[in-house]
Amino acid sequence: MKTFPIGGVHPSDNKKWSNTKAIEVLELPDVVNIPLGQHIGAPATAKVAKGDKVLTGQLIAEATGFMSANIHSPISGTVTAVDMQVNGQGLRQMMITIKREGDEWMPEIDRSAEIKRECDLDSAAIIAKIKDAGIVGMGGATFPTHVKLSIPNGCKAEYLIINGVECEPYLTSDHRTMLERGKELLVGVEILKKALGVEKAVIGVENNKPDAIANLNKIIKEEKFVVSVAPLKVQYPQGGEKQLIAAITGREVPPPPALPIHVGAVVCNASTAVAVYEAVQKNKPLIERVVTITGKELKEPRNLLTRMGTPISKLIEMAGGLPEGDVKVVNGGPMMGRPMVNIDSPVTKGCSGVTIYSGKEAQRVNVESCIKCAKCVSACPMGLEPYLIIRLTQKHMWEELEAEYITNCIECGCCQYSCPAGLSLLDYVRLGKQTVMGIIRARAAADAAKK
Amino acid sequence: MANKFFVAASPHVHSPQSTQSLMRDVLLALLPALAVSTVVYGIDVLRVTAIAVVSCVLIEYLIQRFLIGGASTIQNLSAVLTGVLLAFNLPSDIPWWIIVIGSVVAIGVAKMTFGGLGHNPFNPALVGRVFLLIAYPVQMTSFPQPSMGNYVDAFAGATPLAALKARAVELGDVNLLHMFTGAMPGSMGEIAALALLAGGIYMLWRRVITWHIPVAVLGSMAVFAFIVAAFTGGGELLYAMPAFHLLAGGAMLGAIFMATDYVTSPMTPKGMIIYGVGIGVITMIIRLWGAYPEGMSFAILLMNSVTPLINKYVKPRRFGLTSNKK
Repeated sequence: MKTFPIGGVHPSDNKKWSNTKAIEVLELPDVVNIPLGQHIGAPATAKVAKGDKVLTGQLIAEATGFMSANIHSPISGTVTAVDMQVNGQGLRQMMITIKREGDEWMPEIDRSAEIKRECDLDSAAIIAKIKDAGIVGMGGATFPTHVKLSIPNGCKAEYLIINGVECEPYLTSDHRTMLERGKELLVGVEILKKALGVEKAVIGVENNKPDAIANLNKIIKEEKFVVSVAPLKVQYPQGGEKQLIAAITGREVPPPPALPIHVGAVVCNASTAVAVYEAVQKNKPLIERVVTITGKELKEPRNLLTRMGTPISKLIEMAGGLPEGDVKVVNGGPMMGRPMVNIDSPVTKGCSGVTIYSGKEAQRVNVESCIKCAKCVSACPMGLEPYLIIRLTQKHMWEELEAEYITNCIECGCCQYSCPAGLSLLDYVRLGKQTVMGIIRARAAADAAKK
Repeated sequence: MANKFFVAASPHVHSPQSTQSLMRDVLLALLPALAVSTVVYGIDVLRVTAIAVVSCVLIEYLIQRFLIGGASTIQNLSAVLTGVLLAFNLPSDIPWWIIVIGSVVAIGVAKMTFGGLGHNPFNPALVGRVFLLIAYPVQMTSFPQPSMGNYVDAFAGATPLAALKARAVELGDVNLLHMFTGAMPGSMGEIAALALLAGGIYMLWRRVITWHIPVAVLGSMAVFAFIVAAFTGGGELLYAMPAFHLLAGGAMLGAIFMATDYVTSPMTPKGMIIYGVGIGVITMIIRLWGAYPEGMSFAILLMNSVTPLINKYVKPRRFGLTSNKK
């Protein structure tokens, strides 16, 4: 069984709560809040103002430059505000608020159930359509997909890798998508292959989803798709971009600023491939996504096809409400998700799931002293030494941190997960990494100024 | 809604292992050796172990309470473990006051002086043992005879290593199977290779330790013994000498339980192997050409002192910096 070369941990996957629940369509929200910055890069620029009428799928905010993404209205209705609002993390962010009136779609969007396979567009036209549809990586990183598909000069794409690993415990939205929307996904892969001009396409799926693997293989065989499915060992962070590339191609992406394309690989999430299909073949922008709402104590965990901008509290309500007592609500999975302070904040393009923890699981474990057990070192998939990094961070030894390759950290959380002393390893690693990256940027700016 | 939200950055789940659970697993892994030792040497074994554990825990508690301050650290079980390991390095008929002195040195001097668990440069139990070995050489090197048979038929005398060094026995006369099951004089915890190996396998299974250190220590000892045997005669010695050295003295106890002490061993797999080979080679040099019949404790303490240096220069394999397959 293929896997990545170093480190990794085995948290219990907790998929059983929601992996048998078919995708259901969540009823439309009455009011949505659409953040202008819900992707990596510059926030989009609002194209509507208070009082404007919008249709479902209408462009409401335009990409600001290349490294940005368009945003479309997920419902039809009236814009009631374009203003600062509190997001899930408690920070104020520019959002467009729309009050729903019916659900009237833009006329050019094909809403029929028919699956359209033929695509006679060329690479540039496909990428342009993906850019127009505002598609970003839906696995959580929200990197604009058209940027990923625009290969820089001097690089050549050899592999298209579709990330169906879903190594985060609890989350099942990609799993259900691969099971229920396999053919659309595979057409999306065909389109992405064409956009990149690559021959080789591999879908990586962790081996705890045998039904998804079987389903994809069946469709590939019956419909003669040219793509292979690689079952991967269940090991976190198998779905980390660099880990996945290494598991499938044996190639390791060098530390930043190197990108996956420098080893000839482009990675797209499985749900993103479906979104690409819809954008290119059906003219449908990215206005809805599957969100897993799950947790051990929830009455009814679900996988819900949710319009962007829907308040997360509405999903929680659909799952039977929050459990009694003190809880932790996390936007994303337990290893990399972000804790929420405001559950009325909206679902965005990168939100693959909401996980809820209660009781003891909602809290961190007690902190003791480091016993140098080396578990963090053997858990780190990037070959770093977290125990050393936190000491250097605490002592503000930034040069030494840079020499320890702190910028190579992918913030997967394996170190802190495995620490028997319960140390807040990743907190300090993040602090050190951000500081060192700031220093590197400042140095680059100073060098540029000298020239 | 009356819910209170906890907010802390990811990861939001934690492995079930804690310092306490790791220490508990090591203690469980030591139980087979304790049982064999009790069969071989009688109830005295439990007396020595109990005295060592109680005095180690008490000393840690008192020092934390009255000298360092802050929350008590005895619940992490590391002092219990030090007590058991110290006891395992003593003869079963040692007077109680020597055990207490050993505990004061182990916990008071070797551990708490440096700030407690995680900060000590040397293995506390071994510091305690070596102190006692130098301070009370007679009591520390006279062992009662095992209750069931011996490693050389009808031989009543010193440990295998001491007897060999004094040329009281020949390597050819030694019953290796008896040595494997614990029928030989020695420190309480070191005699039963079989039981210690079982404990080691348990710790590997529970992911308490990795294979690197024990394999490096025992492997390098075996290779070293094999080479010496090849130069000094060959023949039967080629397998008898490595087997004898792996089973005699503290080889198993040292390689599996003492050298793998987290705090005083290196952090990277490569570092662990360098450290383990160092221990194996130094042990063999002391055994074959040194003044003492056994060198495991000294070898581990010497390599403990090198651990920070190994950590500084031996780095893990970095992702993305090694040669790429094209």
